[in-house]
Amino acid sequence: MAQIALPKNSRVVEGKAWPKPAGATRLTEFKIYRYDPDGESNPRTDTYWVDRDDCGPMILDGIIWIKNKIDPTLTFRRSCREGICGSCAMNIDGLNTLACTKAMDDVKGAIKIYPLPHMPVVKDLVPDLTRFYAQHAFIEPWLHTETPSPEKEWKQSPEDRLKLDGLYECILCACCSTSCPSYWWNGDRYLGPAALLQAYRWLIDSRDEATGERLDALEDPFRLYRCHTIMNCAQVCPKGLNPAKAIAEIKKMMVMRQV
Amino acid sequence: MADSKPRIERPLSPHLQIFRPLPNMVMSILHRITGAALYVGTLILAAWLIAGATSPDAFATVEWALGSFLGRLVLFGYTWALFHHMIGGVRHLIWDTGHGMGAIGREQLTWLTPIGSVALTLLVWIAAYVIR
Repeated sequence: MAQIALPKNSRVVEGKAWPKPAGATRLTEFKIYRYDPDGESNPRTDTYWVDRDDCGPMILDGIIWIKNKIDPTLTFRRSCREGICGSCAMNIDGLNTLACTKAMDDVKGAIKIYPLPHMPVVKDLVPDLTRFYAQHAFIEPWLHTETPSPEKEWKQSPEDRLKLDGLYECILCACCSTSCPSYWWNGDRYLGPAALLQAYRWLIDSRDEATGERLDALEDPFRLYRCHTIMNCAQVCPKGLNPAKAIAEIKKMMVMRQV
Repeated sequence: MADSKPRIERPLSPHLQIFRPLPNMVMSILHRITGAALYVGTLILAAWLIAGATSPDAFATVEWALGSFLGRLVLFGYTWALFHHMIGGVRHLIWDTGHGMGAIGREQLTWLTPIGSVALTLLVWIAAYVIR
């Protein structure tokens, strides 16, 4: 059931306003969610000012600049800085996206940053993704076959390979799942858009021989059917993928195997 | 140990509080709300029919209540909720077939709901007043 208000220990309070860097002319304001697991206090939002003449153009550049020049305790995940690793997924300006591919100039006013929504927070912008990964493991994201392995490789026609476009590009950043209100309220039983897009990726793979078993595992009021086509997943995906469409296709497969 | 309590109770990150209310999400919420409102609307419709089957007096009372300014306001809201929920239902029917899910289709179908429901509601009420 949807619990709209945040639990007592999760309510966000106004935090510290850090001084503006001296001598800077072009400044951008950042308001960033902070949570310190070693303290007793509630999460807070700290205010920082970034010197734009000393910093790259992306949001990730901005928070790395803050970490290096103002507050080394600011904690976040990042790695590739080019939108392929999915580490720096966070809620920026109200929408889940990757900090490395979102430009500071694309946000009007102060840049507000929160961790991915409705997740347990480990520290600052780092959410606990354990359950998210478990859901991915649940759909068994590897090739299932019955027939003996061919001598060289499993072959696939170009047409069949084309069906995987728009699915294989998923980087498991969790932007979609954590933007989904259904996932917010029922994330313990609903698999969420990311895992379901991956499920579909294997369902339509011409080489996979476990389509029936895969569909059986999804045939459940929660795992699949908690998707109410709200479409936030497709709106936020930083790779431009469409998990909602993949889920609709799975639902269609469920119907088609009945008739 | 799997059963042991976590060392600290991790806070839950903010969700509805900070997420931008995208039109598609707002329409989904309104679909739920109008769906719930239709229960009330159906009760009003049932009361009207039952009163009609009971006695001319009872029917006159319900007619009077629904004809009052407040009654008309409720009926206007009921009309809108009905259209909003109906168009939302059609939208979901289309999406269930896998069509209209791209960026443009999404946008168009999303906006069809508020625009269409308000337009149809006004049309019905204007028509009702003209015919009367």
